[in-house]
Amino acid sequence: MIKAENLYFRYTEGEAETPFALNGVNLEIKEGEFVVIIGHNGSGKSTLSKLMNGIHTPTEGRIVIDGIDTSNEDQIWEIRKRAGMVFQNPDNQLVATIVEEDVAFGPENLGLPSEEIRHRVDEALDTVHMSAYKRKAPHHLSGGQKQRVAIAGILAMKPKCIIFDEPTAMLDPSGRKEVVQTIEHLNKNEKITVIHITHYMDEAIHADRVLVMDRGKIVMEGTPKQVFSKVDELRALGLDVPQVTLVSHKLKTMGYAVSDENLTVDELVAELCRLS
Amino acid sequence: MLRDITIGQYYSVDSPVHRMDPRFKIIASMLFLVSLFLIEDMLAYLLVIAFIGAVIYKSKIPVKYVIRGLKPVFMLIIFAFLINIFLTPGEEKVSFWIFTVSIEGITRAFFMAFRLILLIVGTSLLTLCTSPIELTDGIEYLLNPMKRIGLPAHELAMMMTIALRFIPTLLEETDKIMKAQMARGADFESGNIMKRAKALIPLLVPLFISAFRRADELAMAMEARCYRGGEGRTRLKVLKYTSLDAIGAGIVAVYFVACIIV
Repeated sequence: MIKAENLYFRYTEGEAETPFALNGVNLEIKEGEFVVIIGHNGSGKSTLSKLMNGIHTPTEGRIVIDGIDTSNEDQIWEIRKRAGMVFQNPDNQLVATIVEEDVAFGPENLGLPSEEIRHRVDEALDTVHMSAYKRKAPHHLSGGQKQRVAIAGILAMKPKCIIFDEPTAMLDPSGRKEVVQTIEHLNKNEKITVIHITHYMDEAIHADRVLVMDRGKIVMEGTPKQVFSKVDELRALGLDVPQVTLVSHKLKTMGYAVSDENLTVDELVAELCRLS
Repeated sequence: MLRDITIGQYYSVDSPVHRMDPRFKIIASMLFLVSLFLIEDMLAYLLVIAFIGAVIYKSKIPVKYVIRGLKPVFMLIIFAFLINIFLTPGEEKVSFWIFTVSIEGITRAFFMAFRLILLIVGTSLLTLCTSPIELTDGIEYLLNPMKRIGLPAHELAMMMTIALRFIPTLLEETDKIMKAQMARGADFESGNIMKRAKALIPLLVPLFISAFRRADELAMAMEARCYRGGEGRTRLKVLKYTSLDAIGAGIVAVYFVACIIV
């Protein structure tokens, strides 16, 4: 689905050259996969997401989305149609004054007939459970609801893959939960490839694969269990681990026979019960 | 405080006037404005008032709500009224100091005030009965023929939609910045005009910076959703004239002709 080879990127070229924001990234994401990218601020994770959608083109190397190279400018709209993107600030990505009009914005841009747009808008709003709000104005919605409308706006374009660029960073805990559940639903039930960029570690535990970025490079990669069990390495990168994993890790270092690959409370409880 | 401001306030009820096509409503409002400047005598004014009264009745909008729209321009109406009373030359009726009041002045002042009131009621009826989205759609359609002479109809309509979308967001932000500055000792409410204007700087600077940042992010989000101008774009809702518009057109035509005759 997405393939990056030897990817380098810097924001400005020439005299006022900035250091590389991406420093040789190689990755491959398969169709239907749920990949979470974590890393602290300035690690290059947002930059990487913007290359996946053709907003930026690589300085060196190449990135191919569903068989199309993003440096191919004629195909840029095709790429954006196939790889949708949800941004951090829900307020700054809604265009219209009414929810359903906003969801229709993408399909309208694709030049679809109006019955098809109507159908897609209703379907997308239904998927994110926002049908009841379709005639409402966006500024009357909560942060989580706005973000779900933004997701519906992307869904209505029927992308194969959606890139989420820290969609939960500006939300309260309940809004975060709504959005994360929606994302997981899209991957499981709608079979959409998901790339979720976040700095909340607990949002990564249901992923198929976790990538850890630091200084423009992918420094760790693996299943959530593999990645989060390396507590000390993650800490050295300035990252946290999910609380359950941290507790397991501490118990293990204290000499108890606990695996440090626990991600959920239930897993840890089951292990602790076995101890006695 | 700032939240009370509503621009292009839309009164959401289901009425025949609301269901009419926005293009028709825009044209009808324009004809109504023209008619206001054609009429001169009492009888014609009664006709206009009867017409606008009928529209308000049919639109199911409470009269009180329509009148409330006059509040911000109340001072202007009074001012126009007084100017006309005192400065219209004619047969002298009463005079004191440098002012003279004539019969012509009084009638003209009344007509002028009524004309202003009807003007505002007429235009606010348009926005009360038409949602902002429909309104911008209508404007885009009506401006379409002007594209040939280089008028960016689609871009204008898009700008209006985005402006309408961000008015509440920016008002909310203004409120937030104001409170933040007040918490740090800023004073927006005392002092003379100069002092107050100066106090607004710490409000306006962050507001503008944030507006530019928003514009930047919005542009990126729009591009990510394949926005590439009006070309090849379709619409969720296609505007269609209905029998309702035909009836409306008939009524407006009769009204307009009557205005010219009277």
